[in-house]
Amino acid sequence: MNKVMSNKLMIALYVLPALLLIAILIFIPLILTGYYGLMDWNGIGNMEFIGLENYINGLQDPKFWESAYHSFLLALFSTLSLVVYLAISLILASKIKGADFLRKIYLIPMLLSSVAIAQLWIKVYNPNNGILNSILMKLGVENPPAWLAEPSIVLYAIFIPILWQYAGFYILIYYAALKNIPESLIEAAKIDGATPLQIAYKIKLPLIMGVIKVTIVLAIVGSLKYFDLIYVMTGGGPNGASEVMASYMYKLAFSTNDFGYGSAIGFLLLVITLIVTVIIRKLTASDDELQY
Amino acid sequence: MNRIGYTILYICLGLVALFQIFPIIWLFLFSLKDNREIFSGSPFALPTELKWENYAKVWEGGIGVYFFNSVWITGLAIVLTVLLASMATFAITRMNWKLSGFVLGLFMVGLMIPIHSALIPLFSMFLNVNLIDHPLSIVITYTAYNLPITMMILLGFYYTLPREIEEAAIIDGSSIHRLFFQIILPMTTPIMSTTVIINMIYNWNEFVFVNTFISSDKYKTLTVGIQNFIGQYMTDWGAIGATLIISVLPILLAFIFFSNKVVEGISSSAVKG
Repeated sequence: MNKVMSNKLMIALYVLPALLLIAILIFIPLILTGYYGLMDWNGIGNMEFIGLENYINGLQDPKFWESAYHSFLLALFSTLSLVVYLAISLILASKIKGADFLRKIYLIPMLLSSVAIAQLWIKVYNPNNGILNSILMKLGVENPPAWLAEPSIVLYAIFIPILWQYAGFYILIYYAALKNIPESLIEAAKIDGATPLQIAYKIKLPLIMGVIKVTIVLAIVGSLKYFDLIYVMTGGGPNGASEVMASYMYKLAFSTNDFGYGSAIGFLLLVITLIVTVIIRKLTASDDELQY
Repeated sequence: MNRIGYTILYICLGLVALFQIFPIIWLFLFSLKDNREIFSGSPFALPTELKWENYAKVWEGGIGVYFFNSVWITGLAIVLTVLLASMATFAITRMNWKLSGFVLGLFMVGLMIPIHSALIPLFSMFLNVNLIDHPLSIVITYTAYNLPITMMILLGFYYTLPREIEEAAIIDGSSIHRLFFQIILPMTTPIMSTTVIINMIYNWNEFVFVNTFISSDKYKTLTVGIQNFIGQYMTDWGAIGATLIISVLPILLAFIFFSNKVVEGISSSAVKG
């Protein structure tokens, strides 16, 4: 038994295909990104070593910081919206008929591709024939804005479909966590005279704190590397007003062919994401985590 | 709680549901209208005459090709991912070797990587081996990037499989391959189907890799294809609507028929950032 199950050749045969794939296509490229960041390179010709110049330029590039600011703003909004999802989940999980059906309805946008969502919302925001302005005009609003063309509005206009896309996902996770709370705990609190609000605040929320922390990490990290929908909807425009870190990196590499500088920005994106992940994990870590 | 309280709660939940679903219904409605009707009529109105020709027009205009590419690339990547992930999970959880914990850790680190940080080197690697504008680059990239999440979902199930099954099989003289392919793998069907669904959603909806690696129309998948395609039909809303509905239909159908599996898969993918 042990001999067969510890046969080195067999172990290698089963693990290596998967391991080689992630090594070659995930880990080596990540290291190369940092390395290419040290080069002056257009992607095809010769590389020239220029030391930390790209990284220094990146840290002094106002466009990079503006895109980073937009990414952090998205992270902030995504995190704040978790409160709303949590409230919805608390209602859903309080013996509502049809809760299972409703949470599936909420999930539908999550199943669509970001490209389809972006194209759909381009139509929603269409200044003349979009559903949003049609409704606004019916309500008597004259000259509603061209949502995606106004530099001061565009970023927030883009946040809406992103929140729309992920709402069902977070509600699903909270709902599942809330349904896991033993009914006996809730019943005991009711017998002691606790109101529904007290039960939610003092019993349910502390019990799902672990899940809430995970979703905070997901919302922030997911926002920092968000790309698809923004790239399709506005391409970062007008004039950089909706540029985020990943779209700025993509533009540098694949539109202006500045592969060296693009790699440096890509590496900064990786470093920022990892640092933020560690910081949130540290901040939200507590030694008295409740178990149930 | 009293009846009025519940009514208010239901109205709130209903409004959220309406907000989540309404843009999609509106999309479906205008995919069946022509421009005249879209621009002059109420956006909420049902089509006076169902313009199914919008669908026929875009399907023959090129969407059919993208659709077929999406199907086979998604399918092939699913088979590869689930097979390789199952094999690796089997070796890590069931076989005895010192580095198994470390190797598992490597796969789990793969969950946290922002893919854009690897995009430029991936592009130049594929360029060097002539895989740029070749569908194989997409298939192996999907496989690699979905391995960590797929293994993450499989792990729990593999840990709970009883040791006695392996012992009995080995005592009977079964080889590792027979044990894995004929005994273990069939036992994991329920969890494998969850990973198939989650891989299907990821692959079908993936955009960045195809947009970066593929330039020929004949290899593009739906996400990138519809992007160019919609450019041509800039002002023909009905055609754009039909294109979008075609592109999301397979996943929506999968959701209608296997909604519990989809919910399970998405919940267990919560670890992916």
